[in-house]
Amino acid sequence: MSPRAAWRLESLGFGEVYDYVAGKLDWMAAGRRTEGTNAARPRAGDVSRKDVPTAGLAERLGDVRERVRAAGWDAVVVINSERVVLGFLRSKELDKDPDLKMEQAMRPGPSTFRPHVAIQEMADYMTNHMLDSSPITTSDGRLVGLLLQKDAVRIAGEEK
Amino acid sequence: MPTEIDRHQVQQLLDRGAQLVEVLPEDEYEEDHLPGAISLPLRRLETEAVRMLDRARPVIVYCWDTA
Repeated sequence: MSPRAAWRLESLGFGEVYDYVAGKLDWMAAGRRTEGTNAARPRAGDVSRKDVPTAGLAERLGDVRERVRAAGWDAVVVINSERVVLGFLRSKELDKDPDLKMEQAMRPGPSTFRPHVAIQEMADYMTNHMLDSSPITTSDGRLVGLLLQKDAVRIAGEEK
Repeated sequence: MPTEIDRHQVQQLLDRGAQLVEVLPEDEYEEDHLPGAISLPLRRLETEAVRMLDRARPVIVYCWDTA
């Protein structure tokens, strides 16, 4: 739709016309602010826990496990220096051999969700698929936070 | 020929005073739109673009995605 609009504007005499082809979806998936009636409604990115523990590929699992559990968590997201999500460990993976490197113990390429998804949609999906938690990332793969099913269900319930 | 741009270039052009135009139907604009965007659905472009937009300034159009 936007390419047709851009071409038509040029034909109407507008000299400097740009087409943001990736559009609103790209903007919202990057976690950028919007305006409108939906803007104030909670979304996955708003509700996700920003204090989720993170670790690097080369760290020793036993060291990470100790740090993560001491902080009251049972999950950790593996990221690189750009905060791009590379892997995820829940309780089961955290209990593996402590001498493994994170890259050997992690679940690689975890399913992630974009920050703009409505919290009601996330609550339904996570409940139906028995997902206790899920990383929320921008469209370029950077970690926003970890969404817990219990948080999504609670906030969705408050919205109704 | 219109120039295709990405998210970062949108911000740069807005800083230069570009006009940001959502060409989706108005109800979609009402729900969510980029900050500062105006609504000019494709069907109304013919009749209202010249009245609503400044030809002397850059114009950025967008819809939902590449579709």
